[in-house]
Amino acid sequence: MKRLIALVLATLLAGPVLSQSAVPPAPYAYTQLADPAQEAEAAALMLTLRCLKCQSQSIADSDAPMAGDMRHQVRVRIERGESPEAIRTWLVERYGDYVSYEPKVSATTWPLFAIPLLLFAVAALVLLRRLGANRSDSEAETGS
Amino acid sequence: MSAATDTSEAKAGLNKAWVWIPLLLFIGFATLAAFMLTQPKNEFVTSKMVGKPLPEFDLRPAAQDRPGVSIANFRDGKPKLLNVWASWCLPCIAEAPQLEELRDSGAEIIGIAIRDRPADVAGFLARHGNPYTRIGADDLSEVQLEIGSSGVPETFVIDGQGVIRHQHIGDIRAEHVPMLLEKLQEAK
Repeated sequence: MKRLIALVLATLLAGPVLSQSAVPPAPYAYTQLADPAQEAEAAALMLTLRCLKCQSQSIADSDAPMAGDMRHQVRVRIERGESPEAIRTWLVERYGDYVSYEPKVSATTWPLFAIPLLLFAVAALVLLRRLGANRSDSEAETGS
Repeated sequence: MSAATDTSEAKAGLNKAWVWIPLLLFIGFATLAAFMLTQPKNEFVTSKMVGKPLPEFDLRPAAQDRPGVSIANFRDGKPKLLNVWASWCLPCIAEAPQLEELRDSGAEIIGIAIRDRPADVAGFLARHGNPYTRIGADDLSEVQLEIGSSGVPETFVIDGQGVIRHQHIGDIRAEHVPMLLEKLQEAK
C-alpha cells in the first residue's frame, strides 16, 4: 500500500517535470564564474534583467530553463570581457526596453520622472505663498 | 456689506471648490485602475529583430532524417518559415496540423528545436508529423535569444536574403494559415 501511494505521488509530482525540457541546464545556468569579481558583475546584471518566460521575475530569481540560458549568456559574455551595459544593450536590441528592469528616461517614460518634480515645485510654490501670506497678515495685526 | 467681505466670501467659495479636487483626482485614478484591471493583458514580448537579418549560426541536426540548419539555408532567394519549437511544448502539438497545411500549400518550413534530445524529437515527429525540410538543435537557446524569440512555439517569416519579415507568437491556428502564406508572398 505504501509503495502504491509513493508511486501515485511520484507520478503526480512528475507532471510539471515532464512539461519542461528533459535536457540538462546550460553550463553556466547554475555555475558561478571562477573569478569572484566577474561573478559579482554578472549577478548584479542578472538581477536587473527580466525573465521572458515568467515576466515578473528577474533571470537571477527564475528557474525557467530559458532564464538559465539567459544567465549562461550573461556569464559567458562577462567572462569574455564584455561590459554589463553592452550585454543589456544586446538584449534590449532584441526584446526592447521591457527586458531590462533598470529605469530609463525615454520618450514614453519621461512623465514618470517629470511629474514628481512638477508636483514638488507646485507644493513649494503653494507653501511659500501661504507662509508668506500668513506672515504679512500677522505683521499687519501686530502693526494695528 | 462692504466690497472687502464680498471678495473674501468669493475666495472662501473658491477654496471650497479646491477642497474637492484631490478626491476627484483619486476617484478618477481609482476608476482608471479598475477599468484597466478588466482589460486583457498582452503578455507577448515581440521581437525587435523584425526587419533585421538573422545572425550567423550553424546548428547540428536535431533529428536523424533531416539535415541541420545554418544561416546559408536562408540566403538562397526563397522566403521560408522558421518555426521555433520543442518536443516538450504542448502548443507545438496543437499547431502541427497547421504546419502540415502550410507545407502542403507550398511553404518551406525550417525548424529549430529548443533544448531537445534527438530521441524526443524523433518521437514527436513520428506522432505529430514532420513538415520540416531541416531541423537544427538549439541546445542553449542561443539562436532563439539572437532573434528575439521569447518562447515556443514562434514562427518567423524570413525572406530570401535571410532578413526577418514577420514574427508570429504562439501556436498557429487555422485562421493564421492564410495570413502566414500572404506574409511569405510579401517577402518575395
